Amino acid sequence: MIRITVDAEPLEGRDGQTIAGVLIGAGRTAWRTAQTGDRGVFCGIGVCHDCLVTVNGVEGVRACQREAVDGDRVEREVRA
Amino acid sequence: MTGIGVGVGAGARGARRVAILGGGPAGLAAAQAALAAGARVTLLDEGGRLGGQYWRHHEQLTDRRLQHGWARFERLRGVLDRAEVHNGASVWSAEASDGTLRLRAVVGPADAAGRTALEVEADAVVVATGAHDLALPLPGWTLPGVTTAGAAQALAKRDGVTVGRRTVVSGAGPFLLPVAQSLAVAGSEVVGVHEASRLGGLAAGWLPRPWQLAGKAGELVEYVGALARHRIPYRVGSGVVRVLGTDRVEGVVIAALDADWRPVPGTEREVACDSVALGHGFTPRLEVAIALGAAIEGDRRGRFVVVDDAQRTSAAGVYAAGEITGIGGADAALAEGAVAGFMAAGGSLDDDRMRGPLAVRRRMRAFAARLERAHGIRPGWTSWLADDTVVCRCENVTRRTIADRADAPLRAMKLATRAGLGACQGRTCGRAVEAVVAAAGGAPEGFDRRPVLAPVRLGEVAAVGRGSDSGAVAVETAISTAGRGESAVAAAEPQ
Repeated sequence: MIRITVDAEPLEGRDGQTIAGVLIGAGRTAWRTAQTGDRGVFCGIGVCHDCLVTVNGVEGVRACQREAVDGDRVEREVRA
Repeated sequence: MTGIGVGVGAGARGARRVAILGGGPAGLAAAQAALAAGARVTLLDEGGRLGGQYWRHHEQLTDRRLQHGWARFERLRGVLDRAEVHNGASVWSAEASDGTLRLRAVVGPADAAGRTALEVEADAVVVATGAHDLALPLPGWTLPGVTTAGAAQALAKRDGVTVGRRTVVSGAGPFLLPVAQSLAVAGSEVVGVHEASRLGGLAAGWLPRPWQLAGKAGELVEYVGALARHRIPYRVGSGVVRVLGTDRVEGVVIAALDADWRPVPGTEREVACDSVALGHGFTPRLEVAIALGAAIEGDRRGRFVVVDDAQRTSAAGVYAAGEITGIGGADAALAEGAVAGFMAAGGSLDDDRMRGPLAVRRRMRAFAARLERAHGIRPGWTSWLADDTVVCRCENVTRRTIADRADAPLRAMKLATRAGLGACQGRTCGRAVEAVVAAAGGAPEGFDRRPVLAPVRLGEVAAVGRGSDSGAVAVETAISTAGRGESAVAAAEPQ
């Protein structure tokens, strides 16, 4: 098991899952705020950039591509 | 993974240097063949592990029931100890000068700050960058819970999760079948699989010359069996035309579709679900091939890299294999990859070792033509869009906004509406925007020409110029912590 925080809330995932995998495994489907509403994963293979999150302070990380590491701090991104 | 540096590859000194882009079936077959022909091989793959979309996997998380042709993958992977392999490599520049092909990449965890710069010089390049889902827009398709069919497949195979508990699968093509199977195995109820093509179109595509399906038929029968075991209904001539919900998916509207994929009035019915997987085929990832000067050919049904019998493109030293030359599936990609790798390494088509791949390639090209005939996108789909339906997801551009500018040249239309200028650079919406413009009387062309090959941080690119001559450059982390404005180069300019 690994533990990450998403907007300071702890989530558990399986070792080796992507950040998107951990979020979905925890029952979340949305983690980015866009102009027309919340977004989550769409293409799942790194093409669409709809699943962007901030990881350990670095913006613009594709949640579907980045493997989650124990202790990662994930934050929601808001785009006006 | 071997050491990072200027890509000299493994193998004999003085041998031809072959760089391969992509670690899916085509790229792996190319690597094996190029090694067999005595080349020094460097393989770059953007994924964290080899396999591409077809063999996407994780050692612990992937249910083995979802893998096909795994022994072949292990054999191909097994020969790579003689090559230089870089996983997690995002190639952001590809150019040719004085007979040398040069690729520049950053290597490391996806979108991380401080990845390592890598420069590869080669005598020949095999571009095997594959394809991604073509999911057509629908009202409500931006709601959380809607994914591409490929995403559903990747999440099930790679992460062992499903987005919802009740999923509707909708689109066109045989790929919907393994997706439904994966969803069921990974724990979602699949309410139904909806194939847009009608029985007449499917019969016209698949029934004549059934022997051309040899090798494919078995796999399809296996999927159909899986659907039956999981009691998943498969319906042709129908599709999701609207997704319902306010903050997330609550259901879908399914309609019967005519031969042009127009919804048949009066056939709409609502179905409750919490997730939707959409896949209307695939679109090739042409960026690197275009950057290297390879000619592209086709129409709005799809544009692909032009190759000759040796998988040579129009650009010197550049070979192409797999889905970027036409959507034909893994067997076609394996065969093309073997030919491309062998020829890139200086081999001959007359070599006995090419007999098998050439035969498979012939058969699979026939398969690809039938795939397009049976399941290719029909123009009537734009009639399921409402005026306010978002077509470009990145920039939230609606159908009406795009249609209103349909008479402008593509560049002016993009600048005025921002369609295709967001983070994905039109990868997701390009084909759809072109269809909307065409339906409104315009003549769009050229969405697949993108100035930046892969989204990388400006700081990482800037750091390359300040690096040492050794080629291995540690990128300064501090540069990459700047704000959103430079988080993705790709978001900057129209072409």
